Amino acid sequence: MAKIIVDGVEVDVPPEFTLLQAAEAAGAEIPRFCFHERLSIAGNCRMCLVEVKGAPKPVASCAWGVRDCRPGPNGEPPEILTKSSTVKKAREGVMEFLLINHPLDCPICDQGGQCDLQDQAMAYGVDTSRYHENKRAVPDKYLGPLIKTSMNRCIHCTRCIRFTTEVAGVEDLGAIWRGEDMEITSYLEKALGSELQSNAADLCPVGALTHKPEAFHYRPWELSKTDSVDVMDAVGSSIRVDSRGREVMRILPRVNEAVNEEWITDKARHIVDGLRLQRLDRPFVRVDGRLQVATWPQAFAAIAERVKGTHRNKIGAIAGDLASVEDLFALKSLMTALGVANIDARQDGSQMSPAHGRASYLFNATIAGIEEADAILIVGSNPRIEASLVNVRIRKRWRMAPPPIALIGERVDLTYPYAYLGAGAETLADVAAGRHSFLDTLKGAKRPLIIVGPGAYAGANGLAVLSLAAQLAVTVGAVSDEWNGFSVLHTAASRVGALDLGFVPGEGALSAREMADGAVEVLFNLGADEVDIAPGAFVIYQGTHGDRGAHRADVILPGATYTEKSGTYVNTEGRVQMANRAAFAPGDAREDWAILRALSDVLGHRLPFDSLAALRQRLYAEHPHFAAIDSIAPSDGAAGLNALAALGGSPGREAFTSPVKDFYLTNPIARSSQVMAECSALARNLRLEAAE
Amino acid sequence: MAVRRLAPDDIQPKSFAFSPENEIFAQEQIAKYPPGRQASAVIPLLWRAQEQTGGWLPRKAIEAIAVRLDMPDIRVLEVATFYTMFNLDPVGKHFIQFCGTTPCALRGAGEIKKILERRVGEQSHVSADGNFSWLEVECLGACCNAPMVQINHDYYEDLAPENFEKLLDDLAAGRPVKPGPQSGRRSSEPADAVKTLTDPALYDGSVVGAWRKRFEEEAIKAVETGEAANATATAAANPKPAKPDAGRAIGTESADTPAKRVKEGDAPVSAAERKDAADQTRASVDQTSKGAVPTPQSDKSYGATPSKPGSGQATPDAPTTPVAGTPPSDAPARRDGSESKPDVVVDPTKKPS
Amino acid sequence: MLQDRDRIFTNLYGLQSPDLAAAKMRGNWDGTKFLLEKGRDWIIDEMKKSGLRGRGGAGFPTGMKWSFMPKQSDGRPSYLVVNADESEPGTCKDREIMRHDPHLLIEGCLIASFAMNANAAYIYIRGEYVAERYALQKAIDEAYEARLIGQDNIHGFPFELYLHHGAGAYICGEETALLESLEGKKGMPRLKPPFPANMGLYGCPTTVNNVESIAVAGTILRRGASWFSAIGRPNNVGTKLFCVSGHVEKPCNVEEAMGLTFRELIDTHCGGIRGGWDNLLAVIPGGSSVPCVPAHEIMDAYMDFDTLRNLKSGLGTAAVIVMDKSTDIVRAITRISYFYKHESCGQCTPCREGTGWMWRVLTRMSEGRAQRREIDMLLEVSTQIEGHTICALGDAAAWPVQGLIRHFRHEIEKRIDDYAANPHSESVMLAAE
Repeated sequence: MAKIIVDGVEVDVPPEFTLLQAAEAAGAEIPRFCFHERLSIAGNCRMCLVEVKGAPKPVASCAWGVRDCRPGPNGEPPEILTKSSTVKKAREGVMEFLLINHPLDCPICDQGGQCDLQDQAMAYGVDTSRYHENKRAVPDKYLGPLIKTSMNRCIHCTRCIRFTTEVAGVEDLGAIWRGEDMEITSYLEKALGSELQSNAADLCPVGALTHKPEAFHYRPWELSKTDSVDVMDAVGSSIRVDSRGREVMRILPRVNEAVNEEWITDKARHIVDGLRLQRLDRPFVRVDGRLQVATWPQAFAAIAERVKGTHRNKIGAIAGDLASVEDLFALKSLMTALGVANIDARQDGSQMSPAHGRASYLFNATIAGIEEADAILIVGSNPRIEASLVNVRIRKRWRMAPPPIALIGERVDLTYPYAYLGAGAETLADVAAGRHSFLDTLKGAKRPLIIVGPGAYAGANGLAVLSLAAQLAVTVGAVSDEWNGFSVLHTAASRVGALDLGFVPGEGALSAREMADGAVEVLFNLGADEVDIAPGAFVIYQGTHGDRGAHRADVILPGATYTEKSGTYVNTEGRVQMANRAAFAPGDAREDWAILRALSDVLGHRLPFDSLAALRQRLYAEHPHFAAIDSIAPSDGAAGLNALAALGGSPGREAFTSPVKDFYLTNPIARSSQVMAECSALARNLRLEAAE
Repeated sequence: MAVRRLAPDDIQPKSFAFSPENEIFAQEQIAKYPPGRQASAVIPLLWRAQEQTGGWLPRKAIEAIAVRLDMPDIRVLEVATFYTMFNLDPVGKHFIQFCGTTPCALRGAGEIKKILERRVGEQSHVSADGNFSWLEVECLGACCNAPMVQINHDYYEDLAPENFEKLLDDLAAGRPVKPGPQSGRRSSEPADAVKTLTDPALYDGSVVGAWRKRFEEEAIKAVETGEAANATATAAANPKPAKPDAGRAIGTESADTPAKRVKEGDAPVSAAERKDAADQTRASVDQTSKGAVPTPQSDKSYGATPSKPGSGQATPDAPTTPVAGTPPSDAPARRDGSESKPDVVVDPTKKPS
Repeated sequence: MLQDRDRIFTNLYGLQSPDLAAAKMRGNWDGTKFLLEKGRDWIIDEMKKSGLRGRGGAGFPTGMKWSFMPKQSDGRPSYLVVNADESEPGTCKDREIMRHDPHLLIEGCLIASFAMNANAAYIYIRGEYVAERYALQKAIDEAYEARLIGQDNIHGFPFELYLHHGAGAYICGEETALLESLEGKKGMPRLKPPFPANMGLYGCPTTVNNVESIAVAGTILRRGASWFSAIGRPNNVGTKLFCVSGHVEKPCNVEEAMGLTFRELIDTHCGGIRGGWDNLLAVIPGGSSVPCVPAHEIMDAYMDFDTLRNLKSGLGTAAVIVMDKSTDIVRAITRISYFYKHESCGQCTPCREGTGWMWRVLTRMSEGRAQRREIDMLLEVSTQIEGHTICALGDAAAWPVQGLIRHFRHEIEKRIDDYAANPHSESVMLAAE
């Protein structure tokens, strides 16, 4: 620890702290534009200048380390001043320079009201301009469908360049020309090639980069803000849903060091229009082959009629990827009441089961734990599109000091280099059997991390592959008291919650795939839009969008999306998180648990809860760990792993392929979003072009 | 530096490849730098590409060099636009860089500029016959021979309206011209009045070895007095360390320079600190964002002499970025630059590289 | 006048051949092995004792700079980088060294690299010096051929010397920008600390020296620190290349003792001021970055670091730009201001925005289209740039403007008043363009 005096306040900070951090520790506020905690230090805006006692000129506090300061002549701690007249004058000078070529078009700028430059000009600027020359005019740039540019406003802080280069891992943005003609752009204005690009617009301290889909739609002060979690993948990024009236206007990341730091994917952010479009807002019943609008009682009656005439073994329920724990609990309760054992939330066909213990299906290392790993093996996963923020963590780990990273599966660009071991199960078997040198690398590592993705576990021999991976983890000693490197990467937000609940077929009961293939006569489909249901069965689709599931439905019950209900989601790490209601479902659509509760009445098996609170009471009674919001219930890692490893089986020879074919269109909400469609089309065209 | 753009598409060549001899040149250049640091060769390669294309840098050359050096296109474009010697538009057969900075201006560069405006026309425009184009540039570093211009590679110095007009005439007519001072001077000596370096003893070899006497004397003295340690300290005055900041006018030294530390009697930087400072994780300039190897490379980098091209071949380490918005599983090997604004015509012949 | 036998650059004007044989006759490469055998510490000590101050403009003691390099490698190689990106307006000395006395430079590179335990050195030459590049490369090839340098050379210290060139950016003369450029990036200065001696080229310990500082090393070691430090005035010792340009009768480069007076320099070598000494208006004594000094102050001033510093100017690169009374001093400085606007890398705010602002205001002032109060505003803008930037280019842009206002405010005021009294018939444009 090093002592330093900030404005007369002595603080003790680690010597590697910058002056800016030290000043913050001492409670002094330092204005900044280019500095960002998660990006490299650029030191170019010069807004954070502070005075170091004894130094002839002010220094950039974002770049100057406490250890770079020299103590006073008698060994007294170095002293910095953040409020002196020198500092004030320097800040005013920098602010004036920043503003001379800034258009000051705040009234028509989307950043207005959430603009660093605006705020800091108020706090540290002067009220008049002495600049009487013409302002610089900079042509706007095309950067793709998500980022709108207004380059006159750019203050050249280079945060966007540093973000795309360092965090997103795509070297797309750069600054061309020089001096006052410097312009931020991509190469010949190509669209940015990152699934995280919108964060660059968040980082922009001025209105130069704003979110194109949201342009001119709102003013930030009009919005009511609701903290929530993202369900587009199984990472469970912390988000803030901003709504105006009953409409969600935008989704922003929230800082959550354990999960998403402060980034979210473009999908998490820009499906906002998908929450509005293609919505199911009334119940439908298929009459003479055509879906017709119905009332709730009519719909329920139609269901009751079919259910009553069907044997319980011929009834089943499949739950989709966006269902909350409460919905699943309600559906499972209903099915149990009906005596139905055919329930499954694994529409991808994977065979993970809570029977082997919770550690057998969790990302045990935790996302933050990736930063501790010292050897990483990725098995059957493309984390960049299956869980982009997990990939960001791996990249972050790689940037700190590259650990050995290897991949078995599809050879894809993960934004960091890795050793490519092979395509499928055979290679995994080779590694596990020691026929590959990477086994020694893993064995030599203190904290080996084995990430098993859906490409591996969702195949026909998925369980055997999973077991093989577990054997490997046991072999290399990936599980110890303080480390569990066996990490299953899920892609569906509902999956871990469903496994925790036991939403899997009971003994001898039918799996999702069997049910979809026609083994049941009545099928409850809770938002499962990724399966094709064979003709024949009577399908009750409870969901939000007119997507694949609704087209195959005989009765449609309109439900609520994750922004329209309070629901619990468990992410791939096993972290229990709560999504909150930011808006109301449209039309007659209702929260899913309430629909099931009402339906249970009609079916003659009234569920024993009348409110969400009552539901949760029962849920928590049966599964106490769901009550521990924002935490991961400890699980017996070694036991789960051993159980899994003991399963054995033949992993086959299949190559691992990711089930996520199109990052932008993985669920019904995203498929309804025009923005996502545009992104997807752009990406597809680029692929085609590149393939020529 | 007015707003410049890449040359319009209709004059951009459809492809670019180094000629065989330039390919050898490229390999030699890359061999100068440690493995994995092939990006260092970007300026020489761009420069050679510009020479090959006849004085300007087409888009395809930028992309070809990006591939050659395993750099993202945008990084090469940054370099090509940052440095003013890269012309992004075609230039005349004789590309005249006219120095307009103060030392030349004091010696009559204004007259030269008027001639250029009269005879060649506006800046950055190729004359109708394709012979000339000119550009006002900043100091070319031949101030004692002002005013001057650089035409293609050569400096033409000590210009006056008459000899410059003649120079342009000769160039236009294809007559041979003599680079260097146009006034008859050899180089930057005082014209016809060289008072220095006239001592023939400087050049007849008599200086060779003459200095050794000092060491011999010292050696003898050291033996005699046994004070070998002090032997070399025979400086006339006991020279004080110079004030480090004395060289700058009203310059202020930065707050904590090694100089200042030393001046004030501190060790400049301790070995431990030095090591710490070298730690990549604390680097204030991002060093790790590009290469796969963030720790500084200590591998022998200079094993390759310039006469041995190839031994220092670049070792591309990181895969390049995929195309915009591509689910990376389907990403091509590399961005090809053909994606652009929707209304920009994409070159269909472009092959992924 | 400095005796010819005390001159280091004996082929400054290219009157002799630059090639190896002739260079050896002039004493280059003479006993280099002997010098190296005296050891690293001896070389650095001798350089320190010689009092040599960096010839690139900042005047930092060269021997001291060398001593900052790690004595013991931590596994990283060390590098010497020679700054031959000579772009400071008024300066044209390194060019003569590289094309006429290249072997002094190459030998200096070997010695300096040996002293710093650097087995490789890069010479970064500005892109415009094409002929000089070829000349220097030819000399390097000669040195390789004669096994003076290279892996297995006669000096027993494996040493590779590479020539790298830029492509037109003044900022690459700043040492960290030069390193960035050498790494294949834009020449944008790095933040310091860490200093290049800790983390320079490719993250390895690096020393960046000016061509002249390196080229004099061999001769200093041969002739001795005492010889070098006996020339000149205390703390400002040795010989120095002066580049005299502008309104003198015979502009020239000349090697002279530090601390001769301006009058001596001009009268001895340059044939006097054009139109006589009474016609002298002002002098920029150290390249465009230093403030101008009016005639009466400079005439008998010593041309050394400290004297010029006391005149609120500086020796800089010893590029003496002489301006006689026919000079439009405001336009001359405006042109310098344009230079800095053109060469600002654009990285940090004050320099990127401020240099253009100053140039635009000055452009108006040079025509008189300004207000008197704007002079003070301009001065304040220049102080807001100075000291607030990452590198010294901001300072260098501010100082000439400050010098102009300090010494020639009356000239600007007169022009403004004249314009106000007799405006042009066309409407006044507020903007500079």
